[in-house]
Amino acid sequence: MQDLKLRASENRGKSQLEAGFDLLGWDEVTQGSVLPSFEGDASGIANLKAEERNYSGYNSYTATVASWRVVKPVFNIDVCIDCQNCWVWCPDSSILSRDKQMLGIDYDHCKGCEICVEVCPTNPKSLLMFKENEDLETALSGWPEKTKKEKN
Amino acid sequence: MAVEFEVNEREVWDGNYAASQALRQADVDVVVAYPITPSTPIVENYGSYVGNGYIDGEFIMVESEHAAMSGCIGASAAGGRVATATSSQGFALMVEVLYQASGMRLPIVLNVVNRALAAPLNVRGDHADMYLGRDSGWIQMGAFNAQEAYDLALCAFRIAENHSVRLPVMVHQDGFITSHTAQNVYPLSNEAAAKFVGVIDPVDDMLDFSRPVTYGAQTEEDWHFEHKAKQHKAIMDSKPVIDAIFAEFKEISGREYKRVETYDMEDADVCIIGLGTTVETARVAAKELRKEKGIKAGVLAIRCFRPFPYEEVREALEGVKSIAVTDRSSPGGAMGAFYNEVAGAMATSKARPMVTNYIYGLGGRDLSIENVKTILTEQQANVDAGYITTDLQQFTNLRGPHLGFFKTARS
Repeated sequence: MQDLKLRASENRGKSQLEAGFDLLGWDEVTQGSVLPSFEGDASGIANLKAEERNYSGYNSYTATVASWRVVKPVFNIDVCIDCQNCWVWCPDSSILSRDKQMLGIDYDHCKGCEICVEVCPTNPKSLLMFKENEDLETALSGWPEKTKKEKN
Repeated sequence: MAVEFEVNEREVWDGNYAASQALRQADVDVVVAYPITPSTPIVENYGSYVGNGYIDGEFIMVESEHAAMSGCIGASAAGGRVATATSSQGFALMVEVLYQASGMRLPIVLNVVNRALAAPLNVRGDHADMYLGRDSGWIQMGAFNAQEAYDLALCAFRIAENHSVRLPVMVHQDGFITSHTAQNVYPLSNEAAAKFVGVIDPVDDMLDFSRPVTYGAQTEEDWHFEHKAKQHKAIMDSKPVIDAIFAEFKEISGREYKRVETYDMEDADVCIIGLGTTVETARVAAKELRKEKGIKAGVLAIRCFRPFPYEEVREALEGVKSIAVTDRSSPGGAMGAFYNEVAGAMATSKARPMVTNYIYGLGGRDLSIENVKTILTEQQANVDAGYITTDLQQFTNLRGPHLGFFKTARS
């Protein structure tokens, strides 16, 4: 089961877009609405893991952009074979994985598109969609059994 | 290393060639273009300078003007010195992306060879395309001849790339009359031009890998207004920077530019206001009218259309009694935009002179010296009567019955 406290880093998803706080005046906004992604010198950033990077408050890494999701994928670690298919296909980089071990879903950025479920090759699937308000324990307790191939 | 392109002290260049030479001397890194009459030779020449080794740059042909300006944005955001050219329908297709360029504060230089907008299809010069860009957040400067097209293109890079401005700049010239008429042009030497324009010092350039940035972020009602306000402040505040760069250019070239040019305005009772090639015609007409009829006529020319020089216009028109503002674009159900700017400026003047509007020259229709004399004589009639005796808006040199709209309530 996914660790519900799982975060790639402390500042991940800390701010809510359009939450109405920290709004700057016209004289304070950045020139050309150009936004730096990192605090300080970001040389060599490609060699750092996400949680090691110094993301700026302007980077969506530090904001939650998942508020319109209505169905969510739930990840079942007992079935998963760590094939990384979902990680490759996720359009929002919302599959959390380290050293080719699946960790879970980043619910601060997942939009609920269901692509991860679609591409999951296991039987039963290791990712299934549930209503946004479905409790994770409940979702996992009713996980389907392996389906046998029907013989003709 | 680029091959040296020899320039003489005096050259015979048309406006297009002059503008393309300015791009070469400014050592423009990237030109992304989709050619259109009458501006084609500007980008075509740049391409040949690259092809023949006269400049170390990139010439990129794309599938449309929309793509051309989009490519310019990419190259400019990457930190390069970027320019292109367009006209008319091409300009219209570029409009969406013009707003992107100014909103992202990218110092692109666009040479606009003014041409009418269809329908009906027309390749000749009027200012319909220029007017289409007037709210786009670009600085807009007008050249009245080939020399000025060259001079202003060089100044444009300095203005655009100035760190307190950081806005794209358009340099306008009239289609064919300026762009295709060969005239004496006195270019700077390659060294002097390079020294004047200098090397671009990029801001937020995307090729700076130590500081990755996002361009084109989305801003809804909680942020958009503040960003547009900051952008508007920047263009309003660009006036002293433009003046300083013009002053610096005068020192090396001997040619003086002002955001508002005045001719015979010291004692003028009446004047005509215009820009583009109209200005030189009007200057001749005003001088002749002074001799022939003793009418104290002057000419005021708008060099810098955006930011509009309200203070300078008001100051220059202090003491003028009746003003004819000319618009070379069909206003589509209003007074000419240019009239509205001048009338707005003069509404706050002490004397509040009479201001009239003349629509002229659409689709390249000639404005003759006689036409200008008629306009100025009508202004003198207004002065003698003490009120505007004509319609506030009239069409000049139009076939068929008189066409005019709106009368003054002051008499």
